[in-house]
This record gives sequence, structure tokens and C-alpha cells, in this order.
Amino acid sequence: MIGFLRGVGNRSLDRVAGVGRATLVLTAALWKVPRLSDVPLIVKQIYNVGVLSLVIVVLSAFCIGAVLALQFHTQLGKFGAQDAVGVGLALVLLRELGPVVTALLFAGRAGSAITAEIGLMKTTEQLSSMEMMGVDPLHRIVAPRLWAGFVSLPLLTAIFNVVAIYGGMIVAVEWMGGDQGRFWSGIQAEVDIWDDIGKGVVKSIAFAVVVTWIAVFQGYDTEPTPEGIGLATTRTVVVSSVMVLAIDFLLTLSMYGDFK
Amino acid sequence: MDDPNLVEIKDLHFRRGARVVFDGLSLTVPRGKITAIMGPSGSGKTTLLRIIGGQIKPDAGEIRVAGRDVGGLGRAELFELREDIGMLFQSSALFTDLTAFENVAFPLREHTDLPEDSIRDLVLMKLNAVGLRGARDLLPSQLSGGMARRVALARAIALDPQLLMYDEPFTGQDPIAMGVLLSLIKKLNGALNATSLLVSHDIHETASIADKIYIVADGKVVGEGHPDVLHDHPSSRIRQFVAGRPDGPVPFHYPADEFVYDVLGSGR
Ligand SMILES: Nc1ncnc2c1ncn2[C@@H]1O[C@H](COP(=O)(O)OP(=O)(O)O)[C@@H](O)[C@H]1O
Ligand SMILES: [Mg+2]
Repeated sequence: MIGFLRGVGNRSLDRVAGVGRATLVLTAALWKVPRLSDVPLIVKQIYNVGVLSLVIVVLSAFCIGAVLALQFHTQLGKFGAQDAVGVGLALVLLRELGPVVTALLFAGRAGSAITAEIGLMKTTEQLSSMEMMGVDPLHRIVAPRLWAGFVSLPLLTAIFNVVAIYGGMIVAVEWMGGDQGRFWSGIQAEVDIWDDIGKGVVKSIAFAVVVTWIAVFQGYDTEPTPEGIGLATTRTVVVSSVMVLAIDFLLTLSMYGDFK
Repeated sequence: MDDPNLVEIKDLHFRRGARVVFDGLSLTVPRGKITAIMGPSGSGKTTLLRIIGGQIKPDAGEIRVAGRDVGGLGRAELFELREDIGMLFQSSALFTDLTAFENVAFPLREHTDLPEDSIRDLVLMKLNAVGLRGARDLLPSQLSGGMARRVALARAIALDPQLLMYDEPFTGQDPIAMGVLLSLIKKLNGALNATSLLVSHDIHETASIADKIYIVADGKVVGEGHPDVLHDHPSSRIRQFVAGRPDGPVPFHYPADEFVYDVLGSGR
């Protein structure tokens, strides 16, 4: 019993120490405002984390939009409300599924890649050697990936939403024979700039910070062995997925709190 | 300024968790010479180089490099000091996404405002010094282990450092690559007017180029002197190490119960 409690205590202390180290890495990396000469580094990373995630984001978005439209069409059809498919689709995607699913995909595709890359650089002493050459790896390696993640995920989320709604439209209109005009006019009339789009953007920015931060930190904090890299990569995906879902719940509660 | 020693370490203490790595280690690295630190794997050689470069803070002790107290330097001063130190890492540590040329150019681009054609001349000069001017466009994955180490060496000397530190440069090298590295280390120390600190457990190679050898064990210096002197050292432990005998005062067996007890399964 004592042993169990001690185990729990030790693990909690490790967690707290981990959060502390992660905060140090984040603040140290973002302390220096990027200079003009850092822009190419950031652009290169936007390519690595953002552009290379595009394929998986677009494919998933199309499928999810299509599936949602199918379900909405059949269920709403029972009440003769097929015209509401567009609005339902848009609201669900903009408020919840867009930010959340894109963040999960991003964690799996880009987050794991960031962790593995930084972890490998640490294991092969590239980070140390950079430090010994008088170049700060937090500034040179970590910071550009953080900024790139912050920028990329919200943009990917926007792309996800557009593609998913488009995919839903194809199913609802071209396949199920819904009315295209009413599909779009429903969206136009019901979607609110702040309540639906704005709050979704807030969510995606929060997820971008959390996922990129976790990915970068797990890489930087990797135990420098081959197993260490594997474990860190897994942790990035698991921890950031759980964090995204938990934070989404909290944000939904606080931003759309007046559920009756 | 004309201190005869470039590096001075006094009474260094350092522990990792419960394990004591250094327990009152003191040594000096004279200017212009090749000094070697030898010790078995895990004796803290890499750790020592990192402490000298200020990457790890010791628990106690004084580290002076070129007259500056490494422990008392702020982050910016530390990075400045490191421009005067070239280090060759055990794993070469080349940047995997950059060509040999760009690897060597990296410290020059970071720390100087030289125009591109001067950088090009300097990089080719450094690569030529290690015999790899022709390999400038290869990526680290296309280089053999020995070549990668030489490119890393060219990178380490890019800024003409005062102090060159080598972390086990001979480990995992074939005999020819080893010979090349040995002559390079010797040649570069003279040509750059630098001071070299070499960490290794390859006794013969090290003895052939070092001016002075320190033997480290149990976190302390247990022997020091010119390579020739160590063969006849009064300590049997040092003679064992120098001769490379598997058993002796440093036991072959990790401490354990008598073998019979383990075999009979009765414990003690
Ligand atoms: N990051 C680390 N965390 C914990 N212990 C370490 C770490 N790095 C090295 N050690 C321990 O410190 C001791 C000295 O390591 P090191 O300096 O790498 O030895 P050497 O280079 O002589 O083989 C070893 O016992 C090693 O296990
Ligand atoms: Mg070592």
C-alpha cells in the first residue's frame, strides 16, 4: 500500500517536473522574437509540418464530409428536413469536428514527425554539437517548428472545413438529389461569423499551441536512445490526442456554455 | 594572459542521480600540447568534455578555460566562449540534412558576416585540410564512418578554435581511417597553433600522439605523465590499463556472490 502510494507520488512529481521542463523549453524558445533571417527556417518548417500534412487532411475531410452528409440526409429526411443538411454539416464541422479531427490528424502526421526528428537530432548529438558551436538549438531548431505549427494547424483546419463541406455537398446534392441552392443559402443564413467560425478558429489555435508544444518538447526531452525516440513519438500522439479532446470539451463548455 | 595552461580543472565534483561521476578531479591542459584523458567506458570522459564546454554544470569545482571561469559565465558569454572551442563528437554529429560543404559552412554562416565567396574559400580550405574537398556535395548518409568524422573535424576547425576537443575519435574506425585521424590531429594541432584535448580508451593510438596522458578512474585522476612513463608506473592498476589486460586490480567480474552459490541457487 505504502509502495503503491509512493509510486503514485513519484509519478506525479515526474509529471509536475515534466510540465516545468516543458514550460522552460517553450519560454526559452519563444523568448527571442523571430528575426527576418529566421523567416526561411520557419517557411521550411511550414512546408514540413503543414504542406506535407495536406494530403491526409484533404482526404480525411472529404470522407468525413461525405459520411456526415449521408447520415444527415437520411435522418433529417425522416422529418422532411433535407434542406437543413447544409447547415447541420457546417455547424458540426466549424464548431467541433473540423478543429478536433484536424488536430488529431496533425498530431499523428506532423507531431510525431517533429518529435522523431528532434529526438534523432538529440540522440546523434546534433543538438549538442550545435550548442558547442555556439548556436542555441532552442532558437535554431525548436522555435521555427513551434511557429510553423502555430501557423499551420489553423490553416489546415480551414482547409479541412472547406473540403468537408464541399464533400458533403457532393453527396447531398449530386448523389442524394438535394437542392444545391437551399444547401448554400441555409449555410449563409445560419452560420454566424463569431459564434461558429470565430470560436472554431480559437479552438484550432489552442490545439495548434498544445500539439506543437507537446511534439517539440517530447523530442527535446527524449532519452537519447533508439527506444527513447520510439517512446517519445508514441507519447506525442497519445498525450496530444487526449489533450486535444479534453481541451475541446472545456472550450465547448466555456464558449457555448448556455446549454439548456 | 600568458597562462601556460589553457584549461584548468580544480576539485571537480559531479554526480548523476546516485552515481558519483567525478569525485575531486583536477587536471590541467597546457597550451599548444596534445593532452589525453583516458579511462574505461562510463568513466565520465564525455561528461568531462561537456562540463568544459559549459553544457553541464558541475556540483562543485572550478573550471577555467582561457582564464575564464566557465561556471560564472552567462548564457551569451558561454556561447561566445564556445566559438573558441571546436569539438569532435563521438558520433560525428553532422547535420543529416546538410551536405558536407554546408555542414562546414554552418559555424561560419552563424558567426561571421563573410560574403558567400569567402565562405566558399574557407570551407574548401578546411575540407582540403582533411582531404575531402572532393566530397563536398555528399550528404552525411553517403559518407563512410571515417569520412564523416573527417568532415566533422573540418567543421570543428572552421572558426580556427584555440581549443580542440576530441571525444573518442578512434572508436569504430578501420586501421587506415585511424592512421589518417592520428596524423590529422597531430598536424592540425600544429597548423592551427591550437591546444588539443583528446578523450579515448584506445591506449596505443593515444600514446603515439599525446604529450601527456591522464588516467581517470572512480572520478579521480589516478595517474598522469608522458605516455612512456605510464608503462612503468608504480600502480598495478595503471599498468593493467596501459597493457590492456582483462583482469587485475580492475576486476573482470562485476561484483557478485561466489559462483557456486548462484549455481546452487542458495544465495548467501
Ligand atoms: N544523460 C544522462 N543521464 C544519466 N546518466 C548519464 C547520462 N549521460 C551519462 N550518464 C552516466 O554518466 C556516466 C559517465 O558517462 P560518459 O561521460 O558518457 O562516460 P564515457 O564517455 O567515459 O563513456 C555513465 O555512468 C553514464 O551512465
Ligand atoms: Mg563517451
